[in-house]
Amino acid sequence: MIALIRGTGHRVNNGLQRLGFAARFFVMILIYSGQSFRRIHLTIREIYFAGFQSLLIILVSGLFIGMVLGMQGYETLQRYGSSEALGVLVALSLTRELGPVVAALLFASRAGSSITAEIGLMKATEQLTAMDMMAVNPIARVVAPRFWGGVISMPLLAALFSAIGVFGGYLVGVVLIGVDEGAFWSQMQGSVDFRFDIWNGVVKSFVFGVAVSLIAVFEGYDAVPTAEGVSSSIKRTVVYSALAILALDFVLTSFMFRGL
Amino acid sequence: MSRKLLDLWVGFFVLLGFAALLFLALRVGNLSSANFAETYQLTAKFDNIGGLKVRGPVKSAGVVVGRVTEIRFSPETYEAVTTLTIDGRYHFPKDTFASILTAGLLGEQYIGLDAGGEEKMLKDGDVVAKTQSAVVLEKLISQFMFNKASDTPDKQ
Repeated sequence: MIALIRGTGHRVNNGLQRLGFAARFFVMILIYSGQSFRRIHLTIREIYFAGFQSLLIILVSGLFIGMVLGMQGYETLQRYGSSEALGVLVALSLTRELGPVVAALLFASRAGSSITAEIGLMKATEQLTAMDMMAVNPIARVVAPRFWGGVISMPLLAALFSAIGVFGGYLVGVVLIGVDEGAFWSQMQGSVDFRFDIWNGVVKSFVFGVAVSLIAVFEGYDAVPTAEGVSSSIKRTVVYSALAILALDFVLTSFMFRGL
Repeated sequence: MSRKLLDLWVGFFVLLGFAALLFLALRVGNLSSANFAETYQLTAKFDNIGGLKVRGPVKSAGVVVGRVTEIRFSPETYEAVTTLTIDGRYHFPKDTFASILTAGLLGEQYIGLDAGGEEKMLKDGDVVAKTQSAVVLEKLISQFMFNKASDTPDKQ
């Protein structure tokens, strides 16, 4: 019994300590960002690895999700005789929810895990300590570029995901099933608002980008420097990122679309 | 990988991302039509606005000419006060009639403006004097039932 209470206390303590460390780490990244932006090439390299190399998975998944939305949406809408509203359904569900959330989940598992692995392995092979010894700050040199690479890539990937998803919905809805093309686009344009739907989606994906990148670099930096420790850090990155994305999504949605 | 090639691919990626955003804004959303360059505000008071929402359209002859930007309740007159933001290109006479209409049988509600015949035009900040409230289905039904009930004795 005592052991149970002690175990719980230990876990809460540990969790709080890590949370505090993560918050301090975040502030450190922001402080050293200026230093790392002076060598912008490092960040550009990370945008290439995190953003450009995620293009394929984002585009293919976006296309398929849009196509499935088109098919399922048509199936449901035609029961109520309003299959022309298919464009609205596809566009709103992608720009508001699916685009930012699914793109962030894919980004976390594709780019987030590799960032954690890289930094964790650097720590395990004592490269970070070596940098410190050479008076090169590892946060400015290694962590901040990866963080900003992720933050910059995420909204772009989410926008691409939504755009290709709408195209997928168009392919299935208009080309395959034969919903009227004019009604598909005009109803979509009639009900999708730039400020409320698209811009809020961009804000969401930016927040997800910050969350996922922070979790990824923090888990890498905080990894136990052994093979086992790095592997469990990667696992934690994917799990925490997914939880953070879904929880933040609920919070952001309830603020953004209140009373609409 | 050489720095030039890296820059090329990252530039390509960023441009692609912005192109997607532009596609969303112009093709999917209504950025091109919803942002009226110049607008002016009108106020209209209604006894009952039904299910009218902020951001609802203001239409004249079926064409969207503005948006509902604010809905308030006036505690003095017990009326709903709506603020309409109208596209600056369109001007309406002083005796314009504003009514709350429903698109389709169960669709969204909007404000319809029927232009009157007066020479003077409504300016920024003016109040639309003539309004008609939303039709509430329950009231309509109860009126119908009431008329039916009062009709019946005459027939006998």
